[in-house]
Amino acid sequence: MRALRFLLRKEYLQIFRDKTLLRMLFLIPVVQLLVLSNAATFEVRQSRLFVVDRDRSTMSRGAIDRLVASGRFERTAASVSIAAADAAMRERRVEMIVVIPEGFERGIVRDHRATVQLLLNAEDGSAAGVSQAYARQILSRYAADLGGSLTPPIVPGGAHAEAAPGRARGVLDVRTRGLFNAELNYKHYMVPGILIQLLTIIGTLLTAMNIVREKEAGTLEQLNVTPVSRPVFIAAKLIPLWTLAMLVLAIGLFIGWIAFGVPMRGSLLLVFFGGAIYLVVALGIGLWISTVVETQQQAMFVTFALLMIYLLMSGLFTPVNSMPPWAQVVADANPMRHEIELMRAVMLKGAGLADVARHLVVMAVSGVLVLTIAVRQYHKRSA
Amino acid sequence: MTLAIDVQRLTRRFGAFVAVDAISVQVKTGEVFGFLGANGAGKTTAIKMLIGLLEPTEGSAQVAGYDVRTQSEEVRRRIGYMSQRFSLYDDLTVRENIQLYGGIYGLTDDEISTRGAELVGGLHLDGAHDALVGTLPLGWKQKLAFSVALLHRPLVVFLDEPTGGVDPVTRRQFWEMIYAAAARGTTVFVTTHYMDEAEYCDRLSIMVDGRIAAMGTPAELKAEFGAPTIDEVFVRLARPAAMAGGV
Repeated sequence: MRALRFLLRKEYLQIFRDKTLLRMLFLIPVVQLLVLSNAATFEVRQSRLFVVDRDRSTMSRGAIDRLVASGRFERTAASVSIAAADAAMRERRVEMIVVIPEGFERGIVRDHRATVQLLLNAEDGSAAGVSQAYARQILSRYAADLGGSLTPPIVPGGAHAEAAPGRARGVLDVRTRGLFNAELNYKHYMVPGILIQLLTIIGTLLTAMNIVREKEAGTLEQLNVTPVSRPVFIAAKLIPLWTLAMLVLAIGLFIGWIAFGVPMRGSLLLVFFGGAIYLVVALGIGLWISTVVETQQQAMFVTFALLMIYLLMSGLFTPVNSMPPWAQVVADANPMRHEIELMRAVMLKGAGLADVARHLVVMAVSGVLVLTIAVRQYHKRSA
Repeated sequence: MTLAIDVQRLTRRFGAFVAVDAISVQVKTGEVFGFLGANGAGKTTAIKMLIGLLEPTEGSAQVAGYDVRTQSEEVRRRIGYMSQRFSLYDDLTVRENIQLYGGIYGLTDDEISTRGAELVGGLHLDGAHDALVGTLPLGWKQKLAFSVALLHRPLVVFLDEPTGGVDPVTRRQFWEMIYAAAARGTTVFVTTHYMDEAEYCDRLSIMVDGRIAAMGTPAELKAEFGAPTIDEVFVRLARPAAMAGGV
C-alpha cells in the first residue's frame, strides 16, 4: 500500500506538470459541447421544395404557402411538368416534390377530401422521414382548417405511384406533446450524449497513451523490475485518470447548464455515480489497449477504431430502435449506450436510482469484465 | 563464497531462433562480472531472463538465492536494474525520483531522506535536488540512475550498457561508483561495449551467437588466447561468428 501512495503521488505530479494536457482537458469539453451540441441535430430545416401545382387554385396556392411559411421548406422551383421535377431531384437540386393534382380545390369543396403527392429523396432516410412528417402535418392541418381531409401518399426515392384516393372521412386531429423535454429541445437531448462521448474518448485515450508512453520511455520496464504488484500498478494508473475524467464530467455538466440550460431534474449525485461506474469501463478499455500495442501511434489508432464502433452503436447519433435486430443486441451490451440513456433519464426526466438500476448493472458488469481482461493481459514478464 | 547468480543451461528461443543457447554462469557475491558480447549476441535477452522480464524456455537461474522462474517477486525485491535506456522520470525532480523508487521498495520516510541526501551529496548534485531530471546532462542522469538503482541496497545490480554515450571522464567516475558498490558487498553484473571497461571487471564472459565462448578473469582470458588486450580476445572470438553470418 505504501508503494501505491508513492506511485499515485508520481502520477498526479506528472499530470499537473503537463500543461498541454491540462489545457486540452478543459478546452476540449468547452469547444466540443458548444460546437457539437449546436451542430448535431436531427431537425430538418429549409428542405428545398419543387412545386408541381396542376390545380392552380386559391387552395392549392394556400397549401404551398403553408408549407413555405412553416420554415421547414423553401420553394426553390415550380413547374407543371413532373419530368422537370424528377430531373431536379435526380440532380439533387431539391429534396422534396409536392404534386397537387387537378381538381384539388374541387375535391375539398365538394367531397371534403383531396389528394396530394409527396416525393422525397430517401437517400438520407432519416431526413426524408422527418421532412415527410412535417409536410404531412402541415398539409393535414391546412385541410382541416378548410374543413376537408387530405391524403398525401408518400413515394420515396423519386419513383412514381398513382395517387391513392383519400379514404379518410372524418377529420382526425392528432396532437402530440413531448413529455420530459416538452419544448423538444435537441440541445438538452444532445448535451448529455456528447458529454459521455467526450468522457469516453478522454478516459480511454488518456489511459492507453499514458501507459504506452511509459512503455516507449522504458520506465515501464523499470517498474516491472521492481516488486510493485500488478493491482497496485494498475490502481496507481487508473485512479488519477479517473479523478481527472470525473472533473471533466463536472465541467461538462456546468457548461451544459450555463450555455444550454440543460436541466437537472434528477439527482446530481446519481449522475456522478453513473459516470463513476461508466468510467471504469472506459479506463479499463484504455488499459486493455495499452497491453496490446507498443507505440503511442498504435494506441491512438486502435482507440479510435474501437471508439468509432462504440459510438455508432450507442444510439447517440442513430436511434437504437431503428437498428437491425442483431445490432440492437450489440447496442444493448454497449455500456456507452447505457450511460447515455442513464444521463438523459436522470437529467431530463428526473429518473431515480430504481429507474436506472438496469443501466447501472450493465455498466458495472462490463466494468468488471473489461478490467479483469485487461489486468490478466498486463504482465510484468513476457512469455 | 556464496553465489549471487547461478545460471544453469539457461535457454531462450523465439520460434526457431535460439537467442540464448544453454548458458551457464556463476557469479560470486561482491564480484564485478562483465557480460560481454557483440550486438545481437543475446546479452540483453539473458539479462531480461535474470531480472524476471522474460520467461526462460529451458534451464534454471537463481539470483540472490531465489529461482527466477518460481520466485520472481523475491528476486525483484533483492535486485537493482539499470537498462540501456535511461529510465528515471524526466518530468519529475531528482528528489521526486528518489522518493518514488525509495517508496516502491518499501523504505521508510527517514531512510528515503537520509539515503537520498547521501546519494545527492555523493553525486555533487546538491544544487540540483529540485531540478527536473530531464534538464540534467546525460552523464549526470546515468550516474543518478545507477545511484537510484542502488537506493534499496540490492544484493545484485544489473547494468545493461550503463556507460553508452557518456564522456571518458564520466565513464571513469561511473566505474568508481561500481567499485564502491562492490566494496559494500553488492554484486555487479554489467554489460559493456567498451573493452577498456572490461579490463576493470573481476571476471568476465564473452557471448557469441547465444553461447558463452569464453569465461574467466581478464588475465586468464588474455593468456588463454595469447592476446595483449581483452579487445583482441573479443575480436578473435566475435569475428568468425560475424563472418559466418555474412557480415
